[in-house]
Amino acid sequence: MSAPLQSTTRRDFLRMSAFTGGGLVLACMGVSSNHANAADTVINKPTAATDFTPHALIRIGSDGTVTLVSKQPEIGQGIKTSLPMVIAEELEVNWKDVRIIQGDLNPAYGSQGAGGSTSTPTNYNEFHRLGATARTMLVQAAAQIWQVAASECHAADSAVHHAASKRRLGFGELAATAATLPVPDAKDVKLKDPAQFKLLGTRIGGVDNPAIVSGKPLFGIDVKLPGMLYAVYEKCPVFGGKVVSANLDVIKKQPGVRDAFIVEGTDNLRGLMPGVAIVAETTWAAFSARKLLTVQWDEGQWASASWDNFSKQARELSQKPANTTLRKDGDVAAAMSKAAKTVEAAYSYPFISHASMEPQNCTAAFDAATGSVEIWAPTQLPESGQALVADLFGIPKEKIRLHIIRSGGGFGRRLSSDFIVEAVAIAKLVKAPVKLTWSREDDLRHDHYRAGGFHFLRGAVDASGKLTAWRNHFVSFGNKVTRDGKTQLQAGSGGSLSGDEFPGRWLDNCLLEQTLMECHIPMGPWRAPGSNVFAWVFHSFIDELAHAAGQDPLAFRLAMLGDKEIVPGTGERGQPYHVGRMKRVLQEVADKSGWGKRKFPRGQGQGIAFHFSHRGYIAEVAEVTVSKKGEVTVDRVVVVTDIGAQIVNLSGAEHQVQGSVLDGISTLKHPELDIQKGRIVQSNFHEYPLLRINDSKTKVEVHFLKTDFPVTGLGEPAFPPLAPAVCNAIFAATGKRVRQLPLTHTDLSWE
Amino acid sequence: MTRYKLDINGKMQTIDVMPDTPLLWALRDSLNLVGTKYGCGAGQCGACTVHVNGVPARSCLLPVSSLGKQKITTIEGLATQASHPLQTAWQELDVPQCGYCQAGQIMTAAALIRDKPHPSDADIDAAMGGNLCRCATYIRIRAGIHRAAELAAAGKKGTK
Repeated sequence: MSAPLQSTTRRDFLRMSAFTGGGLVLACMGVSSNHANAADTVINKPTAATDFTPHALIRIGSDGTVTLVSKQPEIGQGIKTSLPMVIAEELEVNWKDVRIIQGDLNPAYGSQGAGGSTSTPTNYNEFHRLGATARTMLVQAAAQIWQVAASECHAADSAVHHAASKRRLGFGELAATAATLPVPDAKDVKLKDPAQFKLLGTRIGGVDNPAIVSGKPLFGIDVKLPGMLYAVYEKCPVFGGKVVSANLDVIKKQPGVRDAFIVEGTDNLRGLMPGVAIVAETTWAAFSARKLLTVQWDEGQWASASWDNFSKQARELSQKPANTTLRKDGDVAAAMSKAAKTVEAAYSYPFISHASMEPQNCTAAFDAATGSVEIWAPTQLPESGQALVADLFGIPKEKIRLHIIRSGGGFGRRLSSDFIVEAVAIAKLVKAPVKLTWSREDDLRHDHYRAGGFHFLRGAVDASGKLTAWRNHFVSFGNKVTRDGKTQLQAGSGGSLSGDEFPGRWLDNCLLEQTLMECHIPMGPWRAPGSNVFAWVFHSFIDELAHAAGQDPLAFRLAMLGDKEIVPGTGERGQPYHVGRMKRVLQEVADKSGWGKRKFPRGQGQGIAFHFSHRGYIAEVAEVTVSKKGEVTVDRVVVVTDIGAQIVNLSGAEHQVQGSVLDGISTLKHPELDIQKGRIVQSNFHEYPLLRINDSKTKVEVHFLKTDFPVTGLGEPAFPPLAPAVCNAIFAATGKRVRQLPLTHTDLSWE
Repeated sequence: MTRYKLDINGKMQTIDVMPDTPLLWALRDSLNLVGTKYGCGAGQCGACTVHVNGVPARSCLLPVSSLGKQKITTIEGLATQASHPLQTAWQELDVPQCGYCQAGQIMTAAALIRDKPHPSDADIDAAMGGNLCRCATYIRIRAGIHRAAELAAAGKKGTK
């Protein structure tokens, strides 16, 4: 049902409508939460016969209130505001008349994930058609009441107008009549001319801002149910270690503790890991009892793993033949031997955590009588959470009701569902609703991490300054997975590189190879997976080659991109790369930043980079000051994006770019996880620092190039070019090249 | 369990908790005031910031037994109808992304602009450095504080 409305049959459209008309299809256990934003509190109310519900996401009441359901999870990317704006635009409803509620997981809504910056591109066109269909029906309703032709009427300002007779009927007054009309065929629904947009492209504040600034219950951790108990869950510090025994008798005697038990779990690193649950009357009672918990763990064979050993192993592997060849064009060895200059460099980066401000949590209530479970989860991927619960506990999907609750930060962390299955595992054994709250230490030490990695690069330029050969042996991390009886090592998220990644398709002589190290550490998507490090590695090394060639870094890049408008993808699944779009943002960022126009004193400099990810073409120029002691201040970042024909919410779009730039600076400067004895060493923010306001005076200039291309997302693609732009600026300022993240590993002092 | 009477947002509230219960969890679990957030439990992130006698404090580190008759103000009690200039400015400039840290940001900033009605960027750095924002909304937090100072000075509410 995620197909665009155009291809949705008339019957499907009506069937979807029936979901709201008939009340919620999913079983409701009758537990009500304190949450103002949960859709069930509104949708579960019987729909009045006079309400107009042309689609499961739209309801217009006789009082003129337009209620729109936001089906995607809100994690701070602003989707709860921006996508409903698209419907409102077409509907011609004034934004002040719109109320937006968060949708539960509901098959009537279609796909509901928030990841990969996909929410906008996959819903944008369909949402236009939904809004336009509802508007068309309201116009028909007015025409019927007035006994005039629909073509004489038009919708504007939450009403339908008949200009000739100066008559006006508000949407509320039309709702009951519109509800009796058949849904028109797609061909009879006319979309607005983008030139007539009033709402799209303007600045609209987040719809939850009033609740945020006044401290209303809003987030997963704020959920409270009648009779609810509070749980903590201790897992083995070595990933996947099993519980041998625990002092449960001592724990059960602690004040406020209702129960404590061992959860056997599974050996799936991305599923339910073994652990010990403590269930208490308050969060603090659970946290306090946990301080007395002693567990004897079977830590398994990974208890001696360390980052130092992985680094050593990676250097050794780099000297050996690679496991996999990702791309082989021409003859790299021959080109290297003929080159005027060759450059060799090793780049590396550590494991890092998502560290969302709201630690992982989930509330679950299990009803033994019906075998059903109700879940309140701050999740990015509710469908996958439901599927994992169904699979692990043998509960049919129709008996798993999942409320999507606003997340205090996502960054990819909540695409994993471990916290959901933990909450359900505990709730199944407790005869009461249970809220599981992770401590910050749990959150840092049991993440699904951005994988660390090592790139061993060689490049060659000829006497004319042209890049002639590129070789990368990428040593990264994987875990064993068994499929169809076969066990193999599979790269962790961000640990696999496509042979098509720039500059993979652009060189006559190119060899890309990969070797995986098994690590038994959970890995998962982290804002712009893969891209968040590949852009840094490749655009830093391209900069090294530009300087070796004696070329301007911008000119060198433009020459590399070449003159083709589009470079096709490799193989059946390969994606084309629109070189023309990239060259235009690159040229534009050079113009806007005054690239090469100013002479910087020593200790200051400009750097440039670009990256294509998540359908977005983005280039950035950074200006830095490096003190003689080697402290880096990013003074200015100019960003130019091509994310298609329309910026939906200007405030939100600009906010995502500003946030991506500062998140990029933060990630470049600070976070790093060490691994010793199979454990993550860092425990809390004192050991895992992030950017603070006193280091965030960077002037961020955001330019959106408006093009004719489809409208795409912005949660991720502005992040990847930041780190290489800054590191290239650091080189321009100091002559020192950063080849290891974070910056703290490199002495950047100068005299 | 021990009974405590706390002065919260101008009202005396009675709770029965363990004496070492941090104010954060008393607010959230006993009093249903969940605007004050748990972020680290170690005074590192500032998401749990409240005012104790008008001074910003980390409620995750303040045992209920230590509070006595001190006046506690939380985000819910900062102003009626969310009318504090910071709450107005935060909405006007669309400061939040995920929003989780913002109650703590606003509480710290409220004490800043009360004590320094026209804070400089250096004042903001000094006062706000203890409040983490993982979405890195710092550009708008800074702008929001300057805007709130303007609104407070003009003695009027924001126009949007």
